[in-house]
Amino acid sequence: MGARSPWGPKFWVGFAVCAVVLVVLLPVLNRAVAPSSPVAVPDYLVPLLGKYLCYAILALSLDLVWGYAGILSLGHGAFFALGGYCMGMYLMRQIGTRGVYGNPLLPDFMVFLQYKELPWFWWGFDHFLYAAALVMLVPGVFALIFGWLAFRSRVTGVYLSIITQAMTYALWLAFFRNDMGFGGNNGLTDFKDIIGFDLHRPTTRLGLYLASAVGLGIAYLLCRFITNSKLGRVLLALRDTESRVRFLGYSVTNAKLFVFTLSAVLAGIAGALYVPQVGIINPSEFSPGNSIEIAIWVSVGGRGTLVGAILGAGLVNLAKTWLTSAAPEIWLFILGGLFILTTLVFPRGILGIFRQLRWTRPGAKSPAAPPLAVGESGAAKEQA
Amino acid sequence: MNAASLPHPTGDVLLYVNGVTVSFDGFKALNELSLVVEEGELRTIIGPNGAGKTTMMDVVTGKTRPDSGEVFFRGNTDLTRLDEAAIANLGIGRKFQRPTVFENLTVFENLELALADSRGTWRTLFARLTPERHARIAAALERIGLAEESQKPAGTLSHGQKQWLEIGMLLIHDRQLLLLDEPVAGMTDRETEETAALILDLARDRTIIVVEHDMAFVRSLGARVTVLHEGSVLAEGSVEHVQNHPRVIEVYLGR
Repeated sequence: MGARSPWGPKFWVGFAVCAVVLVVLLPVLNRAVAPSSPVAVPDYLVPLLGKYLCYAILALSLDLVWGYAGILSLGHGAFFALGGYCMGMYLMRQIGTRGVYGNPLLPDFMVFLQYKELPWFWWGFDHFLYAAALVMLVPGVFALIFGWLAFRSRVTGVYLSIITQAMTYALWLAFFRNDMGFGGNNGLTDFKDIIGFDLHRPTTRLGLYLASAVGLGIAYLLCRFITNSKLGRVLLALRDTESRVRFLGYSVTNAKLFVFTLSAVLAGIAGALYVPQVGIINPSEFSPGNSIEIAIWVSVGGRGTLVGAILGAGLVNLAKTWLTSAAPEIWLFILGGLFILTTLVFPRGILGIFRQLRWTRPGAKSPAAPPLAVGESGAAKEQA
Repeated sequence: MNAASLPHPTGDVLLYVNGVTVSFDGFKALNELSLVVEEGELRTIIGPNGAGKTTMMDVVTGKTRPDSGEVFFRGNTDLTRLDEAAIANLGIGRKFQRPTVFENLTVFENLELALADSRGTWRTLFARLTPERHARIAAALERIGLAEESQKPAGTLSHGQKQWLEIGMLLIHDRQLLLLDEPVAGMTDRETEETAALILDLARDRTIIVVEHDMAFVRSLGARVTVLHEGSVLAEGSVEHVQNHPRVIEVYLGR
């Protein structure tokens, strides 16, 4: 009688097909096919695709908290950037004496700003494993503290969205300052290599692309496990009627804190995979607009579906790459229009349209009405 | 009845409410309310709108903190110091005035969440639906008459069915004290009768407090009645006793 298993053969076949395309087919088309062939994947496309995969992990992390727990975080770009900065700091330390000033200890911007010694928070970043741990710990601990304060005080709905915007805005301003010790406006750049591999070589870039693909696969499986567990149902329940979940004896604060922190860790990992592929991390990654864009990816793809988040991140960024070079002046109008259109006409996104088509076939059962703007309705209920 | 005349809580007392006052912007929703409910009792609470019935439930379940007064469960557990989740885990369940089930979950999943089980976030993540738990959910589905609807989203149920599902969720959690806020509001006559039978059936092995407007329903439960008025107890006793009470007739039944 229980619902059909989310881990059935149908799922694994679909997962394996996607994995083969991303992890086997694309690298083969890049490395083993003659560049003149029409199916060849040119080298310049590899980091671009890798970047999309990082965005997909980021979208997945937002969908986990927004689509399932109803927490519309408009500050996920901050967790992404924090992870990215941790990776950037490692990459800066790897430059060594190859910098413009040739200082073996201090990165170029510190020499320029007349630092006498390495600030304490840069210590240890020459070790990859230490940096990798902080990639997860910094956004995780930050989200844990921020979330604890917010969820314990029962801040929900639009109020939570606003304070997450304020959080990323505050970090944006802070990271612009030269005295923060993170390179100020220019951020961290001029990276040379990562764990001994030259970042400018196509094979290293392919390796980073593969790491992103594997990361996306693991993140997806993890999110799918959580959303299909009993905790996943607790999250859906509290998304719709938070107070009722409390009266059942569940700690809403702990459940939210758990997914929010985990989601921030995933966003941090996405940022860390992103930085070596684009070659720079600067405060613009903290800009409030960036975080809103993530929410647009998720809503276009279809929130509360996981696959939709990945799809949305890919499609919107594909459109962005194309339009910002073809017609840069209209891109923001398109992005805004897309958000209004999905909210008004397709509240369940692209995936929702497909499901609707499947259900409207004769003989099929109609699904329950989709929950609209969960964050807002949740807030209204809490106020009532 | 005032606080001084109340006996001190003994082993038999399940819920002890003494001199509780709650005010909202100067309006006293509860005014020195005192109430004792014994273990195994079925109690109905009636009163006109604004008498403080729902506020009383809010205080007992931890949703509202009283300005003054004490609320004890099982003699020594001070409920005013606990939050909703902790109180729920003590075995106090509540059914809201409006049916609140999780509309986007199926009937089965609603009961699964209500199942008496660990509530920890980590344990919930790795929870498995054992055959034993499955059987308990199936038994509850039978008892509330929703076995056919098991896989339907709860949002598609009728009003009466939602009320039963909510009662089923309290039932499956093995609560010792159930607070039912207007369980037959908006029900048809037949649904009301079925609900009365269900409550009497449930009352055999647990303590239940029912807040209700519908006098026919209160009479059909045949339990001890407490009448609230302006935040305090006006009268208490059998249905006949309170119906013949002059003050009650004046403020509530009088017409």
